[in-house]
Amino acid sequence: MTDTPVTGPAPGTTRQMLAEFWFYFRENRGAVYGLYFFVALVIMALLAPVLAPHDPIIQDRSALLVPPFWQEGGSTTYLLGTDAVGRDILSRLIFGARYSLFIGIVVVSISLVGGIVLGLVSGFFGGWIDAVIMRVMDVILAFPSLLLALVLVAVLGPGLTNAMIAIAIVSQPHFARLTRAAVLGEKNREYVMAARVAGAGKVRLMFRTILPNCLAPLIVQATLSFSGAILDAAALGFLGMGAQPPTPEWGTMLAEAREFILRAWWVVTLPGLAILITVLAINLMGDGLRDALDPKLKRS
Amino acid sequence: MIKFILGRLTYLIPTFIGITIVAFSFVRILPGDPVLLMAGERGMTPEHYQEMMARLGFDRPIWEQYLEYLWRLLHGNFGDSINTKQPVLSDFLALFPATLELAFCAIIIAVAIGVPVGVLAALKRGSWFDQTTMTVALIGYSMPIFWWGLLLIIFFSGTLGWTPVSGRISLMFYFPTPTGFMLIDSLLSGQKGAFASAAEHLILPSIVLATIPLAVIARQTRSAMLEVLGEDYVRTAKAKGLAPGRVVGVHALRNAMIPVITTIGLQIGVLMAGAILTETIFSWPGIGKWMVDSISRRDYPVVQSGLLLIAGIVMVVNLIVDLLYGLINPRIRHS
Repeated sequence: MTDTPVTGPAPGTTRQMLAEFWFYFRENRGAVYGLYFFVALVIMALLAPVLAPHDPIIQDRSALLVPPFWQEGGSTTYLLGTDAVGRDILSRLIFGARYSLFIGIVVVSISLVGGIVLGLVSGFFGGWIDAVIMRVMDVILAFPSLLLALVLVAVLGPGLTNAMIAIAIVSQPHFARLTRAAVLGEKNREYVMAARVAGAGKVRLMFRTILPNCLAPLIVQATLSFSGAILDAAALGFLGMGAQPPTPEWGTMLAEAREFILRAWWVVTLPGLAILITVLAINLMGDGLRDALDPKLKRS
Repeated sequence: MIKFILGRLTYLIPTFIGITIVAFSFVRILPGDPVLLMAGERGMTPEHYQEMMARLGFDRPIWEQYLEYLWRLLHGNFGDSINTKQPVLSDFLALFPATLELAFCAIIIAVAIGVPVGVLAALKRGSWFDQTTMTVALIGYSMPIFWWGLLLIIFFSGTLGWTPVSGRISLMFYFPTPTGFMLIDSLLSGQKGAFASAAEHLILPSIVLATIPLAVIARQTRSAMLEVLGEDYVRTAKAKGLAPGRVVGVHALRNAMIPVITTIGLQIGVLMAGAILTETIFSWPGIGKWMVDSISRRDYPVVQSGLLLIAGIVMVVNLIVDLLYGLINPRIRHS
């Protein structure tokens, strides 16, 4: 006897599910705009060396703090102006998109995988294993996330890699809790029982039978963590604990620009605007995903 | 109710022990020798090193060190700051009112605006008011607040010259601070203009710190209200001819507030994280800035105990929220 009919959906329904998902997702106009922006951002990040008019690191000592082209004193050589050491802001922003997306992907991947494994084990086995894992998650959640990340980076040493590890550690308990809650809701359902009776092993039950049915809230949480990771990494960069200069990371750019806030608005305004719009686009997508994936909230 | 409170308290003990373990391990997992780190660049003689090791207890087994650490904590001994040479706890208590004042103003702004906006948005669902406020709320929720603070400084302090850039009060005022809350102390001092100066200094940081909680509270209030408005008992109340104001105010709002109160409670952790950034931008002399400065100064006793104290405060606040939740929602209390 094979257990295929019990677990995976029949072929053909995947496409139907996707179509249904798109139908609901499309209803939320903001989410669609967010998606468009996000896709554009990904393309921009991939093509950064082609799109950027200048090298993001090279300093032009003859053009310090040049304003954007529409302002008096600006030039079209540097469309969005230059920073205090004569680097092109537009090019730095374009390259910065690479860092932000990279941070989001790495942090979400680490925390999603870690959280799913811990949550599955915790919810599936229960008992003392569950108690220990959940208490450890409680401890991590008891600290304000940015503070814990800051201290972790202080221990590990400032830098982008360590900042990503720290943010992944602090955002991972959310995934573990969500997975556990979903597993508890699913593990006594009939299809799980059927798979168990059919002889599926523990690992198969956890990852093939139960996990696919717990994915909806995790996907929504993943988008929230993605934008959260970008914000936290920028905050760490701003505090001097994230990416180090001259890396064109948006938060680090802001930290370098702080002293010029009252005389060169563009060096401060533009990197922050880039962070805000990116995070906003991802959050809009997250709202749309929640509407489309969460049947409880559908049509509310 | 007492059983419920005791249950929640016992639930906290493992978390508290976990927090102390995290704070305790912090100094041990630092790269390098903690004693040499404390000695700084001057270094020390081998005899002095041995003496320090023995004095700080680093030559004993790790569990013994941990138990002693716990014992000291329970006696209120949180170590001394390398920088100020003062007990960490007294530095903390001296700076905490500044953060508390800021956080308090921020949460008042967030609740005073967020709850009514959320309720109105839910009542006028789909209207331009709903759409505009919810778009603004999402923008607020996505805001990098360190940048938002800089923007407000550029505009209100730079362009308009209305507000000061940093600090808690103008340097021309000097008076004793019995409560630690500048707004109250400036009133008590009786000096002319002191209160106005304190308020001017407080306004921008409070707005910055309030931004994310405000957005979260507005969104949460709206969705909680929408859910409640769809309930049968609200329909019944409407059907039996109660005034719309009474239906909303008594029947809907009271029930919608339950998840909102939890959300407000959860914002305390967010406020603590936000205080780190807000205080850094506005040079606000509170515990957020103190932590950041101590990290860059490598003042590890402060970082270690500060971490513990802040986590402890967040934990206690969450406990209070939990208990309040049980108080207003009997279903939770008796489950």
